[in-house]
Amino acid sequence: MTITFKLNGKSVSTGVEPDTPLLWVIRDDFRLTGTKFGCGIAQCGACTVHLNGMPRRSCVTPISQVNGGSVTTIEGLDGKEAQAVQDAWIAIDVPQCGYCQSGQVMSAVALLREVPKPTDTDIDQAMAGNICRCATYVRIRKAIHNAADTLED
Amino acid sequence: MKRILFYAVCAALLAVAMAFALGPAIAQSASAEAKSLKSPADFDSINNLKERSVALFNEMGKVLKHPRCVNCHPRGDSPLQGMEQQVHQPLVVRGMGNIGAPGMRCMTCHGPENVPYSTQEGSIPGHPKWHLAPPEQAWEGKSLAAICQQLKDQDRSHKTLAELQKHNATDTLVGWGWHPGEGRQPAPGTQKIFGDLTQAWIDSGAHCPQG
Repeated sequence: MTITFKLNGKSVSTGVEPDTPLLWVIRDDFRLTGTKFGCGIAQCGACTVHLNGMPRRSCVTPISQVNGGSVTTIEGLDGKEAQAVQDAWIAIDVPQCGYCQSGQVMSAVALLREVPKPTDTDIDQAMAGNICRCATYVRIRKAIHNAADTLED
Repeated sequence: MKRILFYAVCAALLAVAMAFALGPAIAQSASAEAKSLKSPADFDSINNLKERSVALFNEMGKVLKHPRCVNCHPRGDSPLQGMEQQVHQPLVVRGMGNIGAPGMRCMTCHGPENVPYSTQEGSIPGHPKWHLAPPEQAWEGKSLAAICQQLKDQDRSHKTLAELQKHNATDTLVGWGWHPGEGRQPAPGTQKIFGDLTQAWIDSGAHCPQG
């Protein structure tokens, strides 16, 4: 069975088994390695992508569920919220080891697209599923606030 | 083989953080007694209609109070997980419409069907309409008597008794409780029996247990 979907705006097809996780396809077949494997059970958020504009854990998403859909990875993320988040991340050096950060950024951008001026609670709730072993949570929250401020300007 | 090795190394990188996050996703195996659910005919010998009705509801209670059902009818704003009924990890909240918070909706992790994990035993549950029951339909920690009154109260159940029976007998998210995926104990009996019990309870006057 051939599965066709948009990956970062381009139409792509794959013939892998339908139960193959989207994460496997992104990384191994299309060589987009910015999206990370962390736990494989949707508990850490490192594999977060956007599926049809919404955050999705790609490690528990069979490729069959993506057929006809649109996937955005960290490599294809764009728009004003993405730029604001990237700038804010760089400005205060959010990452430490960096392994979880692509997932963090995908969730942060999704939040700002829905809630342009999030509170601490909004941020904590939206980012609850993205774990950082370096515990950069305080900087992540500050960077999201900073990004929101720049979006207001 | 290289792929498996690579993913194993990656998993180790997050092992410390995961130690705090791993919830009780793997359920305990069920005893035969917990799996059983009597059918309405098993209550025919109770001649007193009210007593039969209460007995039928008590039997329904095996399903209503099972973790597969209670875990998404919590008293608070976060679902529960596993037979131990621990608070859901990650710490998600019901949000508007009972489908999670902006940026962290249920569908961030829960797809339209159960999905077996690719690298270990177990599965992540799924359904096209995965969501929490609204607060007025919470029954975690409540007695069967209180749950019964709650179900009959249309201000809280938003259902007539006929609609409640249809819900119990045919709703596919209710039905998920009997098909919860690898690693989870299903609710007792079958949805068919649960629906039949609900109908028999209604037909016998829909009486509630005392308490």
